[in-house]
Amino acid sequence: MRPVRAAFGSRWMLAAAVLAGCGRGPVEGLIKIDGSSTVFPITALAAERFMADTSDIRIAVGISGTGGGMAKFGRGEIDISNASRPIKDKEVDKVRAAGLDFIELPIAYDGLVVAVNPEATWVDCLTVDELKRMWEPGSKVNSWKDVRADFPDRPLRLYGAGTDSGTYDYFTAAIVGEEGTSRADFTASEDDNVLVTGVAGDPGALAFFGLAYYEESADKVKAVRIDGGKGGGCVAPTFESVETGQYQPLARPEFVYVRKDRATDPAVGAFVRYYLAHARTIVRDAQYVPLSDETYGLVRARFDAQTTGSLFHGSTVGVKIADLLRGMPADTTRSAR
Amino acid sequence: MEPTSSPAFNPRIEARQRASALWATLLLLATLVGIVVLVFLLVDLVIKGGGRLTGHFFTNYMSFDPDRAGIKSALVGSLWLMLLTTLIAVPVGVGAAVWLEEYASRGRLMRLVQLNIANLAGVPSVIYGILGLTFFVRFLALDRSLLAGALTMALLILPVIVIATQEALRSVPKGLRESAYALGATRWQVIRSHLLPVAAPGILTGVILAVSRAVGETAPLIVIGGFVFIAFTPGSLLDPFTALPLQIFNWTGMPQASFRELAAAAILVLMVLLLAMNGAAIVLRNRFERNRPR
Repeated sequence: MRPVRAAFGSRWMLAAAVLAGCGRGPVEGLIKIDGSSTVFPITALAAERFMADTSDIRIAVGISGTGGGMAKFGRGEIDISNASRPIKDKEVDKVRAAGLDFIELPIAYDGLVVAVNPEATWVDCLTVDELKRMWEPGSKVNSWKDVRADFPDRPLRLYGAGTDSGTYDYFTAAIVGEEGTSRADFTASEDDNVLVTGVAGDPGALAFFGLAYYEESADKVKAVRIDGGKGGGCVAPTFESVETGQYQPLARPEFVYVRKDRATDPAVGAFVRYYLAHARTIVRDAQYVPLSDETYGLVRARFDAQTTGSLFHGSTVGVKIADLLRGMPADTTRSAR
Repeated sequence: MEPTSSPAFNPRIEARQRASALWATLLLLATLVGIVVLVFLLVDLVIKGGGRLTGHFFTNYMSFDPDRAGIKSALVGSLWLMLLTTLIAVPVGVGAAVWLEEYASRGRLMRLVQLNIANLAGVPSVIYGILGLTFFVRFLALDRSLLAGALTMALLILPVIVIATQEALRSVPKGLRESAYALGATRWQVIRSHLLPVAAPGILTGVILAVSRAVGETAPLIVIGGFVFIAFTPGSLLDPFTALPLQIFNWTGMPQASFRELAAAAILVLMVLLLAMNGAAIVLRNRFERNRPR
């Protein structure tokens, strides 16, 4: 059941309703979306399916990174911003300074996979602490032996997302403990395929990238299980372990931010409602991990109520989205880290 | 005199001929590097993407289903960009070159202008992207529209067109100008009826090569923030757009291997487009040369 049809029966009736309501033509318009490359496949897939049903609304989706998207959002250049991390306080200030406001909508989970070369048979599971010693600023870990005494003395080479990405921000927040800080001597690329290729060709390499890229290259690289240090033991990154919340702390929510003054626009409203109503299938088809039906219900309610503001205050490490949406205070659900 | 017995004269014919043959081989190899790389690239692309070059590849929009994905919006966007860039850059570029060659008096200032144009031709394209973003997208508030993209690309190729046109004007025999002036023609009459027609082949070649550079450029489009997913074609100059290089860039970054096949197919289309343009440059030049007033 599609939401537009569910509410109005058909596109023509919707058009008639709008005509009657505001004296304008059928719902048409241009929706501009930009931001994270991680969220791009989900939002663009939603746009593709939505436009197949509703030909009068045109949607353009760009990629300029979470930070780049937020900057455009703050200048009012776009209607919706894709983000692989929550909006930062100083970005909130910019948006508000421009006289705008936003509705924050969590739409999916993504797992970050820590991957090594298949020849690195010595490593199967790493603790967050070991990863922290590898990645923290000024780290002196240059050999696998420095990570754990029984690892061989092979050079360790690190690959990761570029420092402008939300992925880097999240990984450093979850592993190093402070967002945006890490050692500088690693190979950075915004293109996850580059990271996969790097690890596939280097027996001493270790990289982090999105779960979707691992699923497509599981024959070329090996995923390391992660011990979050909460007594859960070593957990492999899979769609299930991300969805159930066992894969911690490297599972993170993905967001879209809708400009409040544009949320009442019939085109934007119709698109966002379609997106949220079909989120489970869209997210799964885009190879990400959907939120629970209950959570999507809460997200839809948040959009319908036009609730503005961010629930996350810059960090999503260890938070439970549904609890936050239900209005539980953020700090009781925050992880102990 | 007996040359053969003279110790001072040694023709070393064999050694010189060996050296000559060696140089010929080296120079041939230098030529082959370019050709071999191009052939290798084309074969690789055909193997990877040839199977994706179906009819619907041209008529479908970008899709996340690789079997339904096409390049319609990117191809149409590239063609629009090409047309608009040409319409903007050619009158301005040719006009500037005519003024510089036929009107401007030679002096220190002129040399400075000339030096600047030559320098601009070598500025990396990403810099033009930043200029376009600051000036067209933000300052003139054209947003990330087709027009902003075309204006940026026009700036990018303007120096190349100016230089090519100047070269073409300079190659027009002096006698042609002088005899026209001697018959009482005004400066504009000389330019319009004599200089431009004679210089046209050179100008056209320069223009087409410059425009084909614009069609293949990716960096400025990424900087001004062309959209990547667009399932419609632009309806006005102020509509958002995408272009072939952006689509290719996006597809190569997708996790699924089938999108890299689509990228290969799109590269083939772009290469054919560029080869066609370069071919058109040659044909046009030959035709003009045949009809050239003598």
